[in-house]
Amino acid sequence: MEKAIRRYWPVFVLPTLAAFSVGFIYPFVQGLYLSFCKFTTIKKATFIGFGNYAYAFQDESFWHSFWFTALFTVVSTVLINVIAFAIALALTNKIKGSNVFRTVFFMPNLIGGIVLGYIWQILLNCVLSLMEKPLLALNATYGFIGLTILMCWQQIGYMMIIYIAGLQSIPDDYIEAAKIDGATTGQILFKIKIPNVMPSITICSFLTITNGFKLFDQNLALTGGEPAHASEMLALNIYNTFYSRSGAQWKGYGQAKAVIFCIMVILISMIQLKITKSKEVQQ
Amino acid sequence: MKAKEKVARAIVFVVLCILTLFWIYPVFMILINSLKGDKYINTDTVFQLPNAVSFTGFSNYLDALSSKGFAAAFGYSLVITVSSAVLILLCTSMCAWYITRVHGILSKVCYALFVFSMVVPFQMLMFTLASTADRIDLDTPYNICIIYLGFGAGLAVFMFTGFMKSIPLEIEEAAMIDGCNPLQTFFQIVLPILKPTLISVTILETMWLWNDYLLPYLVLDRKKYMTIPILIQYFRGSYGHVEMGPMMACIMMTVIPIIIMYICLQKYIIKGVIAGAVKG
Repeated sequence: MEKAIRRYWPVFVLPTLAAFSVGFIYPFVQGLYLSFCKFTTIKKATFIGFGNYAYAFQDESFWHSFWFTALFTVVSTVLINVIAFAIALALTNKIKGSNVFRTVFFMPNLIGGIVLGYIWQILLNCVLSLMEKPLLALNATYGFIGLTILMCWQQIGYMMIIYIAGLQSIPDDYIEAAKIDGATTGQILFKIKIPNVMPSITICSFLTITNGFKLFDQNLALTGGEPAHASEMLALNIYNTFYSRSGAQWKGYGQAKAVIFCIMVILISMIQLKITKSKEVQQ
Repeated sequence: MKAKEKVARAIVFVVLCILTLFWIYPVFMILINSLKGDKYINTDTVFQLPNAVSFTGFSNYLDALSSKGFAAAFGYSLVITVSSAVLILLCTSMCAWYITRVHGILSKVCYALFVFSMVVPFQMLMFTLASTADRIDLDTPYNICIIYLGFGAGLAVFMFTGFMKSIPLEIEEAAMIDGCNPLQTFFQIVLPILKPTLISVTILETMWLWNDYLLPYLVLDRKKYMTIPILIQYFRGSYGHVEMGPMMACIMMTVIPIIIMYICLQKYIIKGVIAGAVKG
């Protein structure tokens, strides 16, 4: 059978592989190469070695957006996972109307980042102006808080669904046995439920960390990096380096930053997977 | 003990209800303001329900539909989403079958690359991807689906191969012995079995395709084509006075179809999200 299918590879693999080469492999390799070049268009690229990287590492705005992104990712990952887990616990506890709650909490995921960003920009600016505080575009701290609220609003529902699935897969006898042995609710939570949903925790923290690091649409729509690039996250910083300035050097800097960014995302997600996977138990 | 538990449950219920209000309110706020006249939407009145003076019916909606290119953007978004989703489903399921059933260097390399592509951030390739698309004329809503196939293949292949590993080989072998060629086997035997995964992949990819902003923004010819996210960004991003009424109506018209679709397909969407979460 394997031989018969192998002969059909042009039908089965080629279309996807061709599109993948055009849409991913070729731009990726070219992107790697261009990060060592000075260029305005791809045809006019001259090789300059590590110059772009040297600039990227010295660029203060890059480091600022790195710390802004890192802090945001930590805060949003913790908040989203804790709240989503708490809601999932409540909803697996035979609460009335749990289907309605699930539906409502998940809803924001279907609305795109740009639209979400503007909905919250209008809402938060109105709240801030009623409180007579500076608007989002004038204060980076409010921008940070706004982004965190927005991300929580959007992602808690998604993570909650994954946690609910994890909690429901714990066999009932585990919990019953623990109850018969006289375990308290807290003991059941920390000794049985949490260890058994570790796979869900791995996935959810992976998703929230990578989403946090890659965040672009919401950042662009909610604050646009205002005031003066202070609420600019990494993805937006790279985008702005590329497209909001003209001059031969900027695109090279942008591409070098993008390569550093890419390596960071891969490293961070690998470290995270390693840490949480090691805590998983076999059921 | 019983009474205590009842109280606890009531408290949890109330907390959840409050949270629900917090979840619904932003959309509700856009809805009420989309029914108000433009000059009645400012920071003082934004939280008020429309009253006899400020209520303008659906005129904002008509405005948005007639003048702001909303209908065209909606159409382009629809074309891109449907064509890309169909292409992704068809091509990646076939590719995934090959990868699971044929053990060789091609399968291994492809699989590794697909998984790798899921972690790489878009910024890494945005410039080169846009210029590649420009060079080989993939910059219209009708053929941008090829780029989406390339970029969306990772997740789809990953999900399909995950499910295919659990399909017993004997069914396919029986079909082959009965005289099916690999294409017949795939379309008549494998594809029907894949149905649940097909639905999951459709949902996850559609959510992404419909809402994607940066890829179409960079790849499409901006003067000719706008998708909905680009239209809304364009609305707000341009300096000067923003017509809040039509803007809110635009947002509502984007959001309402999605919410209706979600309420109808909830069961599948939730299953799809859980199935998609196997990655990691």
